[in-house]
Amino acid sequence: MSKTTFAANFDSLDDIREFVGEEARRVGFSDKEIYAIQLAADEASTNIIEYAYDGVENGKIEIDCSIVNEELKIVMRDQGKPFDPSSVPEPNVNGDLAERKIGGLGIYLMRKLMDKVSYETSAEGDNLLTMVKRVGDRG
Amino acid sequence: MEITTKQFKSCDMVTVKGRIDSSTAPQLTEALEGITGDGRYKIVLDMSELEYMSSAGFRALLSGQRVCKRYNRGEIVLAVVPQRVQEALELAGFTELFKTFEDTVEAVGNF
Repeated sequence: MSKTTFAANFDSLDDIREFVGEEARRVGFSDKEIYAIQLAADEASTNIIEYAYDGVENGKIEIDCSIVNEELKIVMRDQGKPFDPSSVPEPNVNGDLAERKIGGLGIYLMRKLMDKVSYETSAEGDNLLTMVKRVGDRG
Repeated sequence: MEITTKQFKSCDMVTVKGRIDSSTAPQLTEALEGITGDGRYKIVLDMSELEYMSSAGFRALLSGQRVCKRYNRGEIVLAVVPQRVQEALELAGFTELFKTFEDTVEAVGNF
């Protein structure tokens, strides 16, 4: 289990991807899965920065990676505004150019790339986003 | 991330190197707007040295494609898309919005 805290700004995204990528590599995920996990963590962090903190300076994102029963569990904790990704409607990923909206695409990707995505508010009022990926899921 | 642009007779080529995320996507937007702002709308995006692209990059591509395709005056096409990036583009349903080519010569030849 490893836990690291990052400054909630876009400059941290490189470090966040590296951190979860290293954890995923240790678990034995394939390169394709590692990329997927890094992308999901990036999209989740971007959402926290854009929506939960929404311009607040000095925000923090704490990321906790653990391996339980052949699953990599990533928990992201922030102290921004409550932001439940499941409240965001699914984007249209089939329409023509004019119909496409970019909003919600990051969350859509998170859901597609990970096996489980859930959100809760902690007792202290923090946002807790949990994403799980099973080892050995090919695809 | 590094971006270089080159102007050809029939189109412009934008070469992206490194990683495109929320931090660096504005540079891609800027490069595309620099070209379309000059009234040129046929663009090849050379992705051969791209390592990573998040939905922030997809967003930059989508707005660029809207501008280029308006009045049928051009389009953005993608060349040498790395496998991982291709998979993410497919998940997002973006592959049907952009023609893709296996090499840059072929992509330039499209225009």
